[in-house]
Amino acid sequence: MRSENLPHAPARHVDRAGIVIAAALAVLAAVLVWDASKLASTTMYGMGPEAMPIVIAIGLVILAAGNLIDALRGNLPPRESMDPKPVWLIIGGLALLIAIIGFGGGFILATSALFVTTSAAFGRRAVLADTAIALVITTLIYLAFDKLLTLSLPAGPLERLL
Amino acid sequence: MIETFAALAHGMAVAMQPMNLLYALIGVFLGTAVGVLPGIGPALTVALLLPVTYKLDPGGSLIMFAGIYYGGMYGGSTTAILINTPGESASMATALEGNKMAKAGRGGPALATSAIGSFVAGTIATIGLAFLAPWLVDFAVRFGPEDYFALMCVAFVTVSATFGDSPVRGLTSLFIGLTLGLVGIDKLTGQARLAFGIPELLDGVEVTTLAVGLFAVGEALYVASRRHHAEEKLEPVRGSLWMTREDWRRSWKPWLRGTLFGFPIGALPAGGAEIPTFLSYSTERRLTKHPEEFGRGAIEGVAGPEAANNASAAGTLVPLLTLGLPTSATAAMMLAGFQQYGLNPGPLLFAERPDLVWGLIASLFIANGMLLVLNLPLVGLWVRLLAIPQPWLYAGILVFATMGTIAAKPSVVELSMLAAFGVMGFLMRRFDFPIAPVVIGLILGPIAESQLRRALAISLGDPLVLLQSPMSATLLGIALIALLAPFALRGLGRFKANED
Repeated sequence: MRSENLPHAPARHVDRAGIVIAAALAVLAAVLVWDASKLASTTMYGMGPEAMPIVIAIGLVILAAGNLIDALRGNLPPRESMDPKPVWLIIGGLALLIAIIGFGGGFILATSALFVTTSAAFGRRAVLADTAIALVITTLIYLAFDKLLTLSLPAGPLERLL
Repeated sequence: MIETFAALAHGMAVAMQPMNLLYALIGVFLGTAVGVLPGIGPALTVALLLPVTYKLDPGGSLIMFAGIYYGGMYGGSTTAILINTPGESASMATALEGNKMAKAGRGGPALATSAIGSFVAGTIATIGLAFLAPWLVDFAVRFGPEDYFALMCVAFVTVSATFGDSPVRGLTSLFIGLTLGLVGIDKLTGQARLAFGIPELLDGVEVTTLAVGLFAVGEALYVASRRHHAEEKLEPVRGSLWMTREDWRRSWKPWLRGTLFGFPIGALPAGGAEIPTFLSYSTERRLTKHPEEFGRGAIEGVAGPEAANNASAAGTLVPLLTLGLPTSATAAMMLAGFQQYGLNPGPLLFAERPDLVWGLIASLFIANGMLLVLNLPLVGLWVRLLAIPQPWLYAGILVFATMGTIAAKPSVVELSMLAAFGVMGFLMRRFDFPIAPVVIGLILGPIAESQLRRALAISLGDPLVLLQSPMSATLLGIALIALLAPFALRGLGRFKANED
């Protein structure tokens, strides 16, 4: 992925990211075949459940080759430079949300954590103010959906106080 | 003919019930409010608002959906005109001229011509839908499973390969979607595929989780990663909101021509509103009496593409409702909306639940009218929504996006899938893979597989059944040509370049 730092790299240049994509497609095809091999074919006529995965796996292998050719020829469209930090901040926020939901922390805390990290990823530095805003907004959403639309959102310590 | 009028009148009676009018109004309002947010196209609008309709009955929910669908389209064009960030490629032509008009202080007339043009096009195209649908349904009831399978092959190829930038990348997206469609219990034999022993995966991949992950989370990650590039600038709406007599004179023909491009192309199982909008744009550019204004804010360049966009949106409902065939990401989300009630659009639904189908078609007319009345006076409100600071906007979008999944299935596995699809959406945007084919592949893949297996079971395993039906043979031929054409044309292009 080093080529990312060179937005105007020469057109005919081996694209490493493209090779990674081609490899990922080939791995996916292998997983499909491995999974299909464990299926029992019980159908008398026509296709069993294992036929379609094999067909799709063949398609994926062909496409992996196509992507590989594009990568080796440097045929991928040019990419702009990117800043990885905000991406990791948002992914961290999603991980935090999943952890809080998983450990029963409830909807308000979980989505507030995501709100604050996303807003920080977009350049906000006022974490305390954003936390307050997040808590108010997510509490309102919780009340609206739980009480008005009677959708059940997971409850944690904060939700039980309402 | 007469039956269509009777069915439509019946649908109107359903749609005009006060509660259904209220649902349509809420749908239109929410659809515009979400659709107007930068970076959110109609498909994501529908995906995000799906949870809101969970607790409604199918009739009310579909009517609200019609409102959300058209509302999202209107909202998208407002964004395209005022900040030049089209939420989807179909609004790109609108952004081209519309944003220039807004910069020149003619934002009001640009918004007006797009709103009225959308109304005109939407109404004509919905009439087209109402009259074309019963005819297609008569035709479609004779379809055997092999014909359906062949039809889906055409949709697969046209959606992913024929009209994209790169057939290889489009097909890659499609096959990722097809792979995701395999996950879960095989309906015919009850065996689990690609579930890896995780019980949550037995039900398969949820379409809404995939769409929200790819579109909402992916978009947020992508925008965050390139925040250091130019900031988008919101053009204030200055001057009069209304169109002058001159504006009207220059708009009405583009509206009608745009509709003529949009509806038939949308109704073909070719997918995408991009082609008709760009066809309309280039036609208006050629026919205009003011060629010097093109590129600097010509009203024809907003009126035509906007009409084409809306007409093709109504056009995609033709294959969706009559054949159960979604040809755009938005139509795929509409299909997901049907499926959450166990309803499958197609000829059977017209026979079994005419109240639902015709109620939906009738409420498209109502939603269109409501939008015309709502949008121009409320444009100030939408502009204020556009002014939400970016950090809070995307934080709010992500909270809303995860909320849909939390409300449907509050499990760690489902949320992890949402996050993983988000990262996938980010990478696909970064490496320029189209996203709609993934959604289409997930939703159509399992249907195509079961049609094919049904066809082969009936023929006792003889694959020639696919070629014995003239319909299916023709369609498979079309699919093959559509698959090979871009490669052949590209080879031809290279050949020419070498000759020079």
